[in-house]
Amino acid sequence: MSLLKAEDIAVHFGGVKAVDGVSFEVDEGEVFAIIGPNGAGKSTIFNLISRIYTMTRGKITFDGTDITRLPSHKVAPLGIARTFQNIELFDHSTVLQNLLMGRHTHRSTNFVEDILFLPKVRREEREHRKRVEEVIEFLELEAYRGKMIAGLPYGVRKVVEIGRALAMGPKLILLDEPASGLSVEESQEVAFWIEDMRRDMGLTVLMVEHDMKLVSAVADRVLAVNNGRPLALGTPAEVQSDPHVQAAYLGTPEEDAA
Amino acid sequence: MRIAFKTSYDTDIDFHEHWNNRFWIIALVVVMALLPFIVSEYYLAEVANTLIFSLAGMGLMLLVGHTGQVSLGHAAFLAIGAYTDAALMNAGWPFLIAFPVAGLAAGLFGALIAIPAVRLSGIYLAIATLAVFVIVEEIIILAEPITGGVGGLFAPTIEIFGLSFDRYANLSNFYWLCLVIVVLVTLGYSNLMRSSTGRSFLAVRDSEVSARALGIDVTRTRALAFGLSCAVTGLAGALMGHFIGFFNYELFSIFISINLLLVVTIGGLGFIQGAFLGAILITAMPQIIAILRDGLNATAGIDLGSIPGLDTIIFSLILITFIIYEPAGLYGRWLKMRVWWEIFPLARRDMFRRQKSYLKTERQK
Ligand SMILES: Nc1ncnc2c1ncn2[C@@H]1O[C@H](COP(=O)(O)OP(=O)(O)OP(=O)(O)O)[C@@H](O)[C@H]1O
Ligand SMILES: [Mg+2]
Repeated sequence: MSLLKAEDIAVHFGGVKAVDGVSFEVDEGEVFAIIGPNGAGKSTIFNLISRIYTMTRGKITFDGTDITRLPSHKVAPLGIARTFQNIELFDHSTVLQNLLMGRHTHRSTNFVEDILFLPKVRREEREHRKRVEEVIEFLELEAYRGKMIAGLPYGVRKVVEIGRALAMGPKLILLDEPASGLSVEESQEVAFWIEDMRRDMGLTVLMVEHDMKLVSAVADRVLAVNNGRPLALGTPAEVQSDPHVQAAYLGTPEEDAA
Repeated sequence: MRIAFKTSYDTDIDFHEHWNNRFWIIALVVVMALLPFIVSEYYLAEVANTLIFSLAGMGLMLLVGHTGQVSLGHAAFLAIGAYTDAALMNAGWPFLIAFPVAGLAAGLFGALIAIPAVRLSGIYLAIATLAVFVIVEEIIILAEPITGGVGGLFAPTIEIFGLSFDRYANLSNFYWLCLVIVVLVTLGYSNLMRSSTGRSFLAVRDSEVSARALGIDVTRTRALAFGLSCAVTGLAGALMGHFIGFFNYELFSIFISINLLLVVTIGGLGFIQGAFLGAILITAMPQIIAILRDGLNATAGIDLGSIPGLDTIIFSLILITFIIYEPAGLYGRWLKMRVWWEIFPLARRDMFRRQKSYLKTERQK
C-alpha cells in the first residue's frame, strides 16, 4: 500500500522550473531514494512535501490525507519527520534539548500548565525523556547528551538531526543527503541505521543521496530526476544502468533529449 | 571539580542538579527577605527599584533572549500595566484584582499586536513595535478621563487585607510585595523554560524552518511569547507606577525601552539570571559613576561634575565595551569564571574562544 503519493507535482520559481511534473509512490515500509545531479530539484521535492513551498500544480497525499494545501506545521503531526541538507539544528541548545524539541507533536499540556509545572507536565517530561533516551541509545549519542550544538563536529550534528527526526516517532522520515560530508565509516553507520529504522522501527524512509554505494545498499527503489523532470524509476541496478541517467550524470548531449 | 551523578530523569527535569546551587538560591532569597532589617530606607528603595527593573527585564528577556524577537516598544506595555492598575484602583478595585488584570490587559494587548507584527522580523519588527509605542503614548494623552492626560495620575496606596503597602509610609512592606511578585514570576518563567512551551520558543528563535518541520506553529508561538512578555512587563509597569507614586506619560519614554534592551543584552541574552544582573548594573550605574566622580573630586581635585553630559558618556562607553568584549553578557562572564574556578588550575587560555560555526545558507534544502 502506498503511504506517500505525489502526482504530477511541479513548482516554478519565476522562470526556474525547479520541479516540473514528477510523480511517484512510496510504499509503506519501503526505503525509497531520489537521486540526480546538483540542482536537479531533489531538495525542492522534500520542501514540497513538508509544505515549505507551495506547488504550482499537482497533488501530494500522505496516508490518505491530502497535504497539498496544509500549513507547514500541520505536516509533522501526520507522522512526517525530516532532516535538512544543510543541517538546521537549534544551535544554542544542548543535544538533549534538540531531541526533546522533536517531541513537540506529542505534547498535550498548554502554556498555563507549563508555567505552573503541574504534575501532569512532569509526567509528560519523563515520558518525552524516555523516548529521547531510546533514540540516544540507538544512535549512540550518549557522550554528547549535554553538549551545545554550536561546538559539535559536523558528523555528530548530522546524527543529532536524524535523532531529532526519530524522536518524533514518525511513520515516514525524509533524509536529505544523510551521508554527505561524512567519512566512509560514518556513512556505513548511516546505512545500518536506515536498515534498522525500516526493520526494527517499522519506518518508511524517503531519502535524497548522491552516494550511489549507500543507495544501492539500502534502497528498494530509486527515482532519478534531472532538471526537475523524472528520468527513471526502478531498482538501484536498473536506474544505474539506465542510459538517460548515465547521460545526465556524464553530461552528454542526450541530457537535453531526456 | 563537581560531578553530578544522575540517578533519575527528574535530576534533569528539576531546576538544579547540584544541591549547592539550590542552597545558594535559597540563601539569596532569605537575605533578600531580611534586607529591610539590614539596610537603610534609601538603599531599600533602590533595591525595590532594581527588583521592578528585573521584572520588566524578565518580560523582555522572554521575547528577545528566548524567542529572538526585538521590541523597541516595551515602554508602552509598562505604561498599559501602570495605567490599568492605577485606573482600576482609583475606580475602587482592590490591588489583588487590579494588579493581575493590569498584567492581563498588557498581555492581551501585546498578543493582539503580535498577530500581525510577528510576521515581521529584525529591523521591521523593531520599527513596528516603535510605532505601537508612539500610538499608545498618544492614546494615553488623549484618554484624559482615565489617564489624567498630560497631567498624569496618582497610583493609590496598595492595601491587602487591611495591611498598607504604601511605598513611603511602609517601604518594607512594599519591598516585600515586590520581592514576592518577582520570586513568583521567576518561578513561572523557569518552569516555562523547562517545559515544551519554552522549548518551542527556543526552536523558533534558532531555526524557523526546523520548528515548522517539527510541528511548531511559528506564528502562534511568537504571538504567545509576545503576549507573555507584555504581561510580565505590564506587571512591572504597575509596580513602577506605585513606586513612583505620581506619574504621567513621560515616565514611559522611549529611553526606558532602550534601557530595558540594555538590561537584557548586558545581562546576557537567553538567561533568566541575565535579566537580574542587567537590572542591577543599569540601576546601579548612575550611582557608581556619581561615587567615582565625587571620589576623584575629593582626592585629585578634578571636578568632572562641571562637564555636562559626562555621566551619559561614561555610561555609554561601559555599555559599548560590554557589547564588544562580552556578547554573552554578565551572566556569560560569570559562567566562564565559575568553570575556571571549578577546574582550577586546569583552565586553558583558549578554552572560551568563540568557536567558528558552520555556515547556514539562505536556501532551504
Ligand atoms: N526558493 C527558491 N527560489 C528560486 N529557485 C530555487 C529555490 N529553491 C530551489 N531553487 C532552484 O531549484 C533548482 C533545484 O534546487 P534543489 O535544491 O532542489 O536541487 P537539489 O537537487 O537538491 O541539488 P543538490 O544536489 O545541489 O542539493 C535549483 O536550480 C535551485 O536554484
Ligand atoms: Mg539538495
